[in-house]
Amino acid sequence: MNTNLLIQLLVNGLIIGTLYGVVAMCFVLIYKSTQIVNFAQGEFLLIGAWVCWWLLTRWQLPFWIGFPVTLAFMMVFGVALQVIVLRPMIGEPIISVIMVTIGLSIFFSAMMKWIFGVWAKPYPEVFGTKAVNIAGLNVQTPYVMSMAISLLVMAGFAWFFKFSRLGLAMRATAFNQQVAQSLGISVKSVFAMAWAISAMVSALAGVVVGMVNGVSSALSFFGIKVFPVVILGGLDSIVGAILGGLIIGVLENLAEFVDSQYLNWGNLYTVVPFYALIIILMIKPYGLFGTKQIERV
Amino acid sequence: MATTSSALIPCGQYKTTYRKDTTIFPTPATRAVAVAALLLLCLAPLKIGGVELLGKYELNLLIQIGYYGIAALGINILVGFTGQISLGHAGFFGFGAFASAWLNNSFGVPVFWAIPLAGVLTTLVGLLFGIPAARIKGLYLAIATFAAQFILEDFFARAKWFTGGSAGTLAQPFSIFGYEVSGDHGYFYVVLAYVVLMYLLGTNLLRSRDGRAFIAVRDHYLSAEVMGIGLTRYRVLSFGISAFYAGIGGALFGHYLGYVSSEAFTILLSIQFLGMIIIGGLGSVMGTLLGTAFMVLMPEGIGALSRSVGGVFPALTDGLAFVKEGAIGLAIVLFLIFEPDGLAHRWKMIKTYWKLYPFSY
Repeated sequence: MNTNLLIQLLVNGLIIGTLYGVVAMCFVLIYKSTQIVNFAQGEFLLIGAWVCWWLLTRWQLPFWIGFPVTLAFMMVFGVALQVIVLRPMIGEPIISVIMVTIGLSIFFSAMMKWIFGVWAKPYPEVFGTKAVNIAGLNVQTPYVMSMAISLLVMAGFAWFFKFSRLGLAMRATAFNQQVAQSLGISVKSVFAMAWAISAMVSALAGVVVGMVNGVSSALSFFGIKVFPVVILGGLDSIVGAILGGLIIGVLENLAEFVDSQYLNWGNLYTVVPFYALIIILMIKPYGLFGTKQIERV
Repeated sequence: MATTSSALIPCGQYKTTYRKDTTIFPTPATRAVAVAALLLLCLAPLKIGGVELLGKYELNLLIQIGYYGIAALGINILVGFTGQISLGHAGFFGFGAFASAWLNNSFGVPVFWAIPLAGVLTTLVGLLFGIPAARIKGLYLAIATFAAQFILEDFFARAKWFTGGSAGTLAQPFSIFGYEVSGDHGYFYVVLAYVVLMYLLGTNLLRSRDGRAFIAVRDHYLSAEVMGIGLTRYRVLSFGISAFYAGIGGALFGHYLGYVSSEAFTILLSIQFLGMIIIGGLGSVMGTLLGTAFMVLMPEGIGALSRSVGGVFPALTDGLAFVKEGAIGLAIVLFLIFEPDGLAHRWKMIKTYWKLYPFSY
């Protein structure tokens, strides 16, 4: 047994898991407040990463200007998406809502491929060294940064929902829309804010992944991997999203370990989360922390 | 997604029996038009006076509409009529294609029989995937079938004995009574026969007791259960039937192309199937065909457009594949926002308008 490889993969799993956690958090945020399952979450990462890349390389902006501009753009984008596309969908059957976000996801990923091409493009160097050595393990600097950023984002989310006025309004809306409205909360703006925040934080995750692997259309795969994560954690639980992200990230890399050492099947890494998803749905459909509201039939 | 056909039929048609209300063709004229359209389609591949009525390109499009239309009808029975969501139908479609080729290559089953047998095998797979569907519904079912899509894709790439692995497998041409049907002209009739058969079966199924049970499960599953409709039974049955249609469509697809590769059955195809029935109209048999035609012809239309304006916008020609892909997504979104009942509804509106023109009240 190759212990060194195992530990390396576990660390990888934890790092990628925090990123899954962040994306899943964004997904849960939208689901919790607007009851919409966002199949286009991965495209948020993709668009954010490409816009930031474009600002940094085409316009040669320094990172500390280009990144906030990206976030501002994503905020406008998220609000626009909610107002133009998702608002007319309120009250429509669930298949329509799902198909609208799937349609958006196809549209945006195709447009990104059209505008920026299909090949991965590297980010300009933002951090000095490529890899640091932590206890004998090679960890890429952007990964360390991504872990730190992810933890910061999670702390930020916790503060936002516990103490800020808007966060409390969002929780109230998620709890009961009519009551929230009667208390003077503008449900419309809460919906728009949920999409804006989700788009911004996803873009941040996209930029982080882009720095490590380069930007390419493969980024949108995060939007697909988010489903095992949120089903495991519970569709409407932020804590569950983080924990689910870590578990799926580690599980994936464990599968990679078993595959490379014993089975040699080749791509167990990509499918294991989906097997996990089916099993969870069969035995515990509301996940670890989700509200037990699913109707058994 | 309810069908509102009766509300749109203009005055002058009084149905006195339930039997009359459920006929496939409400008036003799509609039946005559349908038969005439069928005869016209039969003439399509012929040569009259040395002139081909339709070129190879147009025939190819019609054949595509045929086999996709069969699969789309299956998914409409599942999604539009039973209200179950499946995001993994490309998996069933692909399974049918591989199963037919496998039966033919490994066991020497003639293609004529391999196609329906592939449908039966796909039904078994559909029933297998229908079991979780009996436990979960709505959103959770959508996510489960989404995962099934990736699992089936992985299976296709891995199961060398069945699919030939990543290299793909060869499918022999269709033959009947020892006569090999080669080329688009002959195969067109094969697909046409299957389309007519499957659509007749589908329409009749939906008029029957089981079909009404599907609609009851969709509209209000609690009331349906109270009325004695077994929810589990009908949900699983619907999955099975829908997989059968997808399997037949896939088998026809495989024997048409002559080569089946696992890369053809991605999530994009699943979404295209759903797009076909959304654009055509959920819960409408004729709409399924309209939607399929739209989905097949739209990329061709974009291709033709790019050829004509390609000199002015070279970017359009360079990224044509992406523009076509994006157009699929955009069409789905626009239809859901502006015409959620699909082309079938629009078609009915147009018919109603002209029937009473110019005195619409």
